[in-house]
Amino acid sequence: MAAPTATPTAKPTEIIDNITVRFAGDSGDGMQLAGMQLTNTSAIFGNDIATLPDFPAEIRAPAGSLAGVSGYQIHFSEQRIHTPGDGCDALVAMNPAALKTNLDELAIGGTLIVNEDAFNKGNLAKAGYENDPLADGSMGRYRLLKVKIDQLTTEAAQDTGLTNKAVLRTKNFFALGLIYWMYGRPMDPTLGWIESKFKSVPAVAEANTKALKAGYFYGETTEDFAVRYEVRKASIPPGKYRKVTGNEAVALGLVAASKLAEKTLVYASYPITPASDILHELARFTHYGVKTFQAEDEIAAMAAVVGAAFGGALAATGTSGPGLALKSEAIGLGVMTELPMVVVNVQRGGPSTGLPTKTEQADLLQALWGRNGECPVAVIAARSPSDCFDMTLEAFRIATHFMTPVILLSDGYLANGAEPWKVPAISALPDMHVGHPKGNGDEFKPYARDENLRRPWAVPGTPGLQHRIGGLEKANIDGNVSHDPVNHEEMVRLRERKIAGIADSIPEQEVEGDLGGDLLVVGWGSTYGAIVTAVEHANAKGNRVACAHIRYLNPFPKNLGDVLRSHKKVLIPEMNRGQLLIKIRAEYLVDAIGYHKVQGRPFRIAEIEQRIDEVLKG
Amino acid sequence: MAVDVEVKQLTPKDFASDQDVRWCPGCGDYSILAQVKKILPLLDVPLEKLVFVSGIGCSSRFPYYMNTYGVHSIHGRAPGIATGIKLAQPDLQVWIATGDGDALSIGGNHLLHAIRRNVDVNILLFNNRIYGLTKGQYSPTSERGKVTKSSPAGSVDYPLQPLSVAIGAEATFVARTHDVNVKHLADVLERAARHKGTSFVEIYQNCNIFNNHAFEYATGKDTKHDTTIVLEHGRPMIFGKDRDKGIRLNGLTPEIVQLGNGVKEDDLLFHDERVPEPTLAYLLSRMYYPEFPEPIGVFRAVDHPTYEAMLGEQIETSVKSKGEGSLEELLSAGDTWVVE
Repeated sequence: MAAPTATPTAKPTEIIDNITVRFAGDSGDGMQLAGMQLTNTSAIFGNDIATLPDFPAEIRAPAGSLAGVSGYQIHFSEQRIHTPGDGCDALVAMNPAALKTNLDELAIGGTLIVNEDAFNKGNLAKAGYENDPLADGSMGRYRLLKVKIDQLTTEAAQDTGLTNKAVLRTKNFFALGLIYWMYGRPMDPTLGWIESKFKSVPAVAEANTKALKAGYFYGETTEDFAVRYEVRKASIPPGKYRKVTGNEAVALGLVAASKLAEKTLVYASYPITPASDILHELARFTHYGVKTFQAEDEIAAMAAVVGAAFGGALAATGTSGPGLALKSEAIGLGVMTELPMVVVNVQRGGPSTGLPTKTEQADLLQALWGRNGECPVAVIAARSPSDCFDMTLEAFRIATHFMTPVILLSDGYLANGAEPWKVPAISALPDMHVGHPKGNGDEFKPYARDENLRRPWAVPGTPGLQHRIGGLEKANIDGNVSHDPVNHEEMVRLRERKIAGIADSIPEQEVEGDLGGDLLVVGWGSTYGAIVTAVEHANAKGNRVACAHIRYLNPFPKNLGDVLRSHKKVLIPEMNRGQLLIKIRAEYLVDAIGYHKVQGRPFRIAEIEQRIDEVLKG
Repeated sequence: MAVDVEVKQLTPKDFASDQDVRWCPGCGDYSILAQVKKILPLLDVPLEKLVFVSGIGCSSRFPYYMNTYGVHSIHGRAPGIATGIKLAQPDLQVWIATGDGDALSIGGNHLLHAIRRNVDVNILLFNNRIYGLTKGQYSPTSERGKVTKSSPAGSVDYPLQPLSVAIGAEATFVARTHDVNVKHLADVLERAARHKGTSFVEIYQNCNIFNNHAFEYATGKDTKHDTTIVLEHGRPMIFGKDRDKGIRLNGLTPEIVQLGNGVKEDDLLFHDERVPEPTLAYLLSRMYYPEFPEPIGVFRAVDHPTYEAMLGEQIETSVKSKGEGSLEELLSAGDTWVVE
């Protein structure tokens, strides 16, 4: 669709270069939906976008409770942006609990829109407010706009024939309409969405349409809203774009790998937050020949992946930390049998069940070392939602070229966060074809190796290549069971060298900024946006800071040691207690400094910026 | 299509790998291996289309001895591995060799779910009622009171009845046989192989080291006629050396009756392996020695669509209605916009 333009208004308009809006309400209030609509509209409008959904672990916690608050933050800009914003410039709070849990995120002087109708005695008590914060002057630091959203929504949509309760369900669209007016967003994309989504229930479509428009026109007419803001289109490289979340990008990457390799994709998985959406996405792709298998548990899913890989399919699974723990024995079988497979670990807060809906990066050491025996696998990590697509293709390239399990690390922040993605040209995608041996009458040696130390991927059904593999140690070359001590050491070393050799096939470590500066900030995974922006800010202040974001964690890029050693200081911010730090210090004997945050939420740019300042001073 | 290639008739020898068989001398596993090799040539499945999958335990060494494709995997997970193989290549014939510990203890969950999905695999449960490879601990099928290294005062666990478990999990083919009567063993194996869907075969298998004579009551020449009853589809349930005893239903409870004195064959329970409801099969699975003769043979054999066939159909239907998905379409789906 062609990019729409800002809608006209009779009120004065201020041009600003970026804005961050946060919707917060009960988990049944439709905040995720409102956020996603604002995201889509802003992306189609031509802004750069980044989003942060923030939802509770409970599907429907008691209405009005603090535990049940669901939020969605979206940052849209006329500049290139890398994060959903440190705090927000505008907060929509649909009830007192939403206000209480989200007010910290609102910038001083920011716009606070509250649903006044929800600030009754009962809801205030549930949120733990003794006094009404709207009346006691405590909101004086913000631009408070009290809107009777329940009442206005009801008045707008009550003639649609729906029950009062059903009418009230459209109040998220009233709030959305108001935000659309405030930031000059076109309503057409959302009106089109409503029409197609509720095609079979015209009354619901009408109610949502009326609520959206009522919110919009309320902004235009009421005197509370004196100014509107406009964020112009960003200057983005030309091309066709779509919005993707990390989980969507992984699913697309898996199917693309299967199409490029001309092999069936078998995705075996057990539902787990925040990885389940990969399974949901893939289950829709049956017309691409995708076979999804919802296994009885994490272990069975991994076992099926090993079986499917033996059977010659592109085999993958997705999970999160507790699931990766359960899969570790079968991943070890994948290492011993040297079969290609991809394990996507969408990390969440741990240990144990931890914080299922919150983000963390604390599975790096589990991915590297969390198996019995000397059991190396390739480990790579995506750094943004759209990078999940590229790294999924990389995961399968490495898996099939080196006959090894590959763990791809994502996290809750990448999985659910969205950004615009330039749809790649098919011709620019890598060749994923893999060969299988055919029998030539000679005795087949299942553990003979090529120059990559890769063993042949002989698949059942090929005459003359019948062979047996398994978890017992193999004799080098002929692959028979062997308990020979010297052979075991040789095999351990061969498996280790094979993984180390992947370094020859991956790009060198990129550095953003000048080599040889005062500080190198090293990161991995979803912290990329915050780190790169903080480094930009630091350099704008006249410092000499560079950043190196590592996408290949095992093996590391070959030049990483040189990169690390060419800076005076190295700072490693991570959403864990220093896992990359341990590995870097151990491998390169570099006296790197750690910076850790384990709050289940991403770094703010300002936090890293401040830490950079401190390290430079110290 | 004219095929001039002369298809070589396979013999049991063709199925033997070059590996030495390393079970203890006298182990019941040898007999099972021999009968599997004997019936495979009857199935006209080429060597390369066969896959043997196992977990951990004595029985799980099985794949190494077959000149087919094979995976000797990890403890209890063979059903998961086998399901993955069938997802990748539904036309392979996949066998699972497992034991009472592998299938019913550590792998219990996977066994249930492979069976309920009706994945087209043949599961051979080598039941010796003991842990052999770990040298003699009681297993989930060991009788209560079993004295072993890990239960010196006798096990206080109630045993599982493997066939009751399989029937409870909606198995479409359930049978029992034993390692001594090789003719019966071969017949049951062949029927299991020919069944479409999960075939579950419990094989009473003697571990002569850690649980010797566990099934002597059922296999001994002098005792077997009174301690076992051979199931025959559509036939009355008669047993005994003189075939003078039968099983009759009294309400929902089976009872042993003496034929004659007014008790006729028609009064007996007739075996029906094809009845859709699993009640009869379940009832038979609850008959055990010494209260009853233990049924051997096919308890249940019904046709349900297999997991992989239904999955394949969904894919076919979806390709028919939406067309085969292309890479272009995949990447450009959903809301897109063009930046100029």
